[in-house]
Amino acid sequence: MILEAHEITKNFGGVRALNKCSLGIKKNKITALIGPNGSGKTTLFDVISRLIKPNSGFIKFKQERIDKFRPNKVAKMGISRTFQDPRLFKNLTIKDHFMMALSTNDESMFAKEKDVEWKIKEIMNLIGLTKPLHTLGSDLSYGQRKLLDLGVALAKPHDLLMLDEPVAGVNPKLRKQIKKIIQNLNKKGETVFLIEHDMNFVMDLVDHIFVLDAGEVIASGKPKQIQNNKKVLDAYLGE
Amino acid sequence: MIESYLLHIGILIAIYIILGVSLNLALGFTGLLNLGHVAFFGIGAYTSALLLKAGVSFIMAFFISGLIAAIFGFLLVLATRKLKGDYLALATLGFSFVIYSLMLNLTELTRGPLGIPGIPKPVIFGFKISGLLPYFIFVTILAVITVFLIYKIVKSPFGRLLQGVRDDEIGLKVLGKDTFKLKAKSMMLSAFFAGIAGSLFASYITYIDPSSFSLAEIILIFTIVIVGGIASIKGTIVATFIIILIPEALRFLYLPSTVLGPLRQIFYALILLGILLYRPKGLFGRIDLE
Repeated sequence: MILEAHEITKNFGGVRALNKCSLGIKKNKITALIGPNGSGKTTLFDVISRLIKPNSGFIKFKQERIDKFRPNKVAKMGISRTFQDPRLFKNLTIKDHFMMALSTNDESMFAKEKDVEWKIKEIMNLIGLTKPLHTLGSDLSYGQRKLLDLGVALAKPHDLLMLDEPVAGVNPKLRKQIKKIIQNLNKKGETVFLIEHDMNFVMDLVDHIFVLDAGEVIASGKPKQIQNNKKVLDAYLGE
Repeated sequence: MIESYLLHIGILIAIYIILGVSLNLALGFTGLLNLGHVAFFGIGAYTSALLLKAGVSFIMAFFISGLIAAIFGFLLVLATRKLKGDYLALATLGFSFVIYSLMLNLTELTRGPLGIPGIPKPVIFGFKISGLLPYFIFVTILAVITVFLIYKIVKSPFGRLLQGVRDDEIGLKVLGKDTFKLKAKSMMLSAFFAGIAGSLFASYITYIDPSSFSLAEIILIFTIVIVGGIASIKGTIVATFIIILIPEALRFLYLPSTVLGPLRQIFYALILLGILLYRPKGLFGRIDLE
């Protein structure tokens, strides 16, 4: 396992967002986390990337506990992530976004940079983003922002790619495109852990699914097992 | 007479350019809504004045005043590390008042409202900069160096990260960047330059008291940055000329000083309001102050 969550509990005031939630992510596989609205999927992503602190439980990444680390350290250890609503730097250009993701020494005031434009172009080709490099983050459409968010996460050195609803709010054409990108990434050996609402999207894409309901993992298994799981149908599909 | 007056205005413009561009580094480029900049200015002025009066050389006093201000900058970031936006603005405003109170009440050190008179003029490598023209050349050179250094900082990979902090701190954290360190470095640099501006101010005026570092000064420096435009160095320079020069024209109305002082404050407030209402990005800015 590249990532393990052990009995994670997270309360927001009187609301229990995660309740002893445990799961494990295998290397070089695509794993999906699905569940109805408010089931705690994004909260779990935020706990893993340490943007929020769990009340109890712990996280291991590459066999090391990361739940006490700060978010930047977790990211430096090799976790890249995207957000459901892309977190871009609206006054910076596409090139700036990639440079920040690719640079590892830019926190020093005297850092010199290598020319990595070829690398940026390679990633842009991979994700199918065709805008000029000097385009500002604020000048991109929602779909382009989704692609850039994905590209930036890919550019940052990583061992695990966590995608929070990568196709939420995008048109069917882009949806297909993003699905293809994820499949290609996996073929290249990427480990992908994604949140998705749409069961149909994940069924023929992922190797393993965890189903979250009211902050608890209620089922896990291969897509076909999940599809016929009564608990899942009751909780997730409301049948 | 006119020449002396123009040189005096020129010296003030150079000092305020240093103050303005250094505030823009923290406020415009890093997004730290810092209303404590005048406190760094005051810390630099008092540090320099006390050291010079104690016989320390100008060069030492100049750099130490910047360093002490930078240390206070770090302490301010440390104390306000969980605050953002309006809350940060209020906390930094509180910091300004604390420093102002210390200047006023630490009478054994600062002489309180009596101020510190007789601050020596700078002596650099045996050359005393006492006349208006040499001082004007001296502060102009330092203002140019400051602008150049801050320009280099904001155009560097490090400066790009500072702008990342401003645009989306969480987005930067998940890229593996230590945003606390970035904010601390930005604030310390900003405070350092404000501190050396304070040192230049103290040596120029040769007398300082707490009234030079009051709320009115915060508004003045803030107005310069807002009018020029957030994250625009060129804008800050142009706005410094506008904000310093135009109120000087009021002098020629030959109004009593009791009217002239408040009139200037009204003028600054009107400019600030006008810019915020009709040109929120300032003259040369491309970023909204959120």
